[in-house]
Amino acid sequence: MLSRWAILAASCAALVTGAVPAFAQKSGGTLRISHRDNPPSASIHEESTISVNQPFMAVFNNLVVFDPKEKVNSPDHIVPDLAESWSYNNDKTQLTFKLRQGVKWHDGKPFTSADVKCTWDALTGHADEKTAILRKNPRKLWYSNLKEVKTNGDFEVTFVLGRPQPSFLSMLAGGYSPVYSCHVPERVMRSKPIGTGPFKVVEFKRNESIKLVKNPDYWKKGHPYLDAIDWKIVPNRSTRMLGFQSGEFDMTFDSDVTFPLLKDVKANKPDAVCEARPTNVSSNLLVNRDKEPFNNPDIRKAMVLALDIHAFSQILSQGHDIEGAAMLPPPAGFWGMPKEMLPSLLGHSTDREKSLAEARELMKKAGYGPDKPLKIKISTRNIAIYRDPAVILIDQLKQIYIDGELEPIDTTIWYSKIQRGDYQVGMNLTGVGIDDPDVNFYENYYSTSDRNYSRYKNPEVDKLIEQQSAEQDRDKRKQLVWKIEKILADDVARPIISYNVSNTCWDPKVKGLVLQVNSIYNGWRFEDVWLDK
Amino acid sequence: MGAYLVRRFLLMVLTLFGMSVLIFVMLRLVPGNIADILVDASGADPADKAKIAHELGIDRPIAAQYVTWIRGLAHGDLGYAYVSERPAIEEIAPRIPISAKLAGMAIFFAILFGVPLGVISAVRQNTPLDYFLRVLSLSGLSLPSFWLGLLVLMAAVHWFGAIPIYDSNPHGFLQDVAMLGLPAMTVGFRSSALIMRLTRSSMLEVLRQDYVRTARSKGATNASVNYNHALRNALLPVVTVIGIEAAFLVGGLIVTETVFNIPGVARFLVEAILWRDYPIVQNLVMLIAFVVVTMNFLVDMTYMVLDPRIKFAD
Repeated sequence: MLSRWAILAASCAALVTGAVPAFAQKSGGTLRISHRDNPPSASIHEESTISVNQPFMAVFNNLVVFDPKEKVNSPDHIVPDLAESWSYNNDKTQLTFKLRQGVKWHDGKPFTSADVKCTWDALTGHADEKTAILRKNPRKLWYSNLKEVKTNGDFEVTFVLGRPQPSFLSMLAGGYSPVYSCHVPERVMRSKPIGTGPFKVVEFKRNESIKLVKNPDYWKKGHPYLDAIDWKIVPNRSTRMLGFQSGEFDMTFDSDVTFPLLKDVKANKPDAVCEARPTNVSSNLLVNRDKEPFNNPDIRKAMVLALDIHAFSQILSQGHDIEGAAMLPPPAGFWGMPKEMLPSLLGHSTDREKSLAEARELMKKAGYGPDKPLKIKISTRNIAIYRDPAVILIDQLKQIYIDGELEPIDTTIWYSKIQRGDYQVGMNLTGVGIDDPDVNFYENYYSTSDRNYSRYKNPEVDKLIEQQSAEQDRDKRKQLVWKIEKILADDVARPIISYNVSNTCWDPKVKGLVLQVNSIYNGWRFEDVWLDK
Repeated sequence: MGAYLVRRFLLMVLTLFGMSVLIFVMLRLVPGNIADILVDASGADPADKAKIAHELGIDRPIAAQYVTWIRGLAHGDLGYAYVSERPAIEEIAPRIPISAKLAGMAIFFAILFGVPLGVISAVRQNTPLDYFLRVLSLSGLSLPSFWLGLLVLMAAVHWFGAIPIYDSNPHGFLQDVAMLGLPAMTVGFRSSALIMRLTRSSMLEVLRQDYVRTARSKGATNASVNYNHALRNALLPVVTVIGIEAAFLVGGLIVTETVFNIPGVARFLVEAILWRDYPIVQNLVMLIAFVVVTMNFLVDMTYMVLDPRIKFAD
């Protein structure tokens, strides 16, 4: 009788808190997931692809992490991880973390503040040859405001910032910010990394599989529930889908199921649980403003006016893709301009005929017309998700006397080509590691950034980016962010065509998985996932 | 005979040397290298590029890189894979048996079906059976192997609720057979069709020869005429094609290995090319070149067995 009351009480508590009752979870079993390609390495800090984050995030811990139970990553939902608590000094330039004690690396060595210091010294380029743990460092820009990391004993560490930066904690909370074990050589971290996380790497066989097993000494008692996670690398998407339908895999790779494929999956595996969610990866237009005739603002403006973003969405995702500006709009996005403000932006008008007429007038003014079309090359990465929108773009630009020719570029040289400005017009996809303006704006729109591919330079925008970065009041910061988004849209800095939405599917026996909706790079710890077998 | 063998062997060495230079130079003429890919794709600091290029030795003059490679090859050292940072031999060696097994099974399947069906088609010329076999062979030549492979996988999932993709630890003999047998049949279907058509036309030509008519007039049985007199002579062009097919099977394996998710040499080579992983690509292409050259050599040797006149001509 007593136990029945206990169960009832626990269930009520669970309903109130929204949590799954603890007793419902079952331990054991191996989660089998298909992987879309060969990860370049296992070192999260050295790579910029979901192919690395999704399998290897479970090997590590961060100092803090976006609450894995929340779908939207936001500064309000950051929870302790290897740090038990944190605090700022008065002028918000020093962020001090109290670290968890008794945590061990997978090789048994103790975790201390020295590991934290050494990780961020490497990320800021302050590491010497002996403490260098990275061969390459794609997110150095994130930490340009981090001046120093100081340790105070083995279990306290302070990040010293050049100026207040409210986004700094968010940057530490994403999947791209694990704490590395500095006693492990960089080469090992790329092939069989050592972490403090819930799963240990058993094997990373290129072109074949990644095998993780439960870390029995994990500091979070009772976690993880799974005994192991097996990733099988299957480059062919049709084979991956058939594998999922046949029960070879319990889960698809993240966002692997496009809307046309979803019908097939549901038809062949009706019990599959499939969730559509935004990936915070945008399809965007690159117009090289250093090249003639694109140095003419009228031509850039005409190109944006010719875009039919709803047609893109209909063709590419059966209308599921999301319209937005430089930041992913709410409700999935935390910082983006609200949907009702979007029609005021260039290229987002609902009156397409009027936009097209205006665009044609601008083209005529620039000396082009039906008898004298502007012949251009539209470059894009030679993979389907890039090529498909590029083909639609070519079709839409024809309506304003622009005769585009597709130039598919091999992946290996795509980024270097656009980085050195060796293109006229490009179709690009941009993923954002953390839904925060600092991450996006500094990387893609700041004058001096290497990844400002459209070579957009606006001192006013640079100043506003700095201003929003230091703004402590969240509402004021949002207003600044929206102002920047408006200027970027009006200046045709990098027109956003849409934010991609795609599906991830899993077998109904997989429980406890929460997909995060404003970044595909976060939320892959798998410590709360269990199998209801 | 001895002089012929020595000459052929020297030709093989010369061909392989030429191939090594060609592979080496062509790889480096293709735009982009591993440092570009590692740094540009991840958006890392361009300064890291020079550091990586220096560490991997790809900033050295091409001639110096070539000498290092050939010297290593002569000592059995294939160098280090750029991407995995492991010795190239450790990356390549485990994949060779998988692809070799698959290719062997495919060619076995192709010969097993191609030659007998070709003979039957020829001796039953213009009968319904002949028409059926000709249509079958034509479909073998026309169906792309990736499409056929996917069809096989879909059928397996639909009828058996299981997908016969590669598993490094197969559960039992049946899974082992299905795992490589089905892809081998898929890739071998095209080769068997080619062999079937060639055997048929070659047999038809031989069956009209005077000596076949003579054999029949002497009272030899149909089986004896077909298999002892005609087939042996008809096989010469077929052997050539089998040799070429076996050597170039790697091309067909790329697609099959991808569809059936087999971690063999062919798929690995494509990925290595995309990553500009020079040590893997140049050693694997050299291996393939060696296989092709050796197969040609073996085909020539088989000619001598099948047609003794070739020895005298030499």
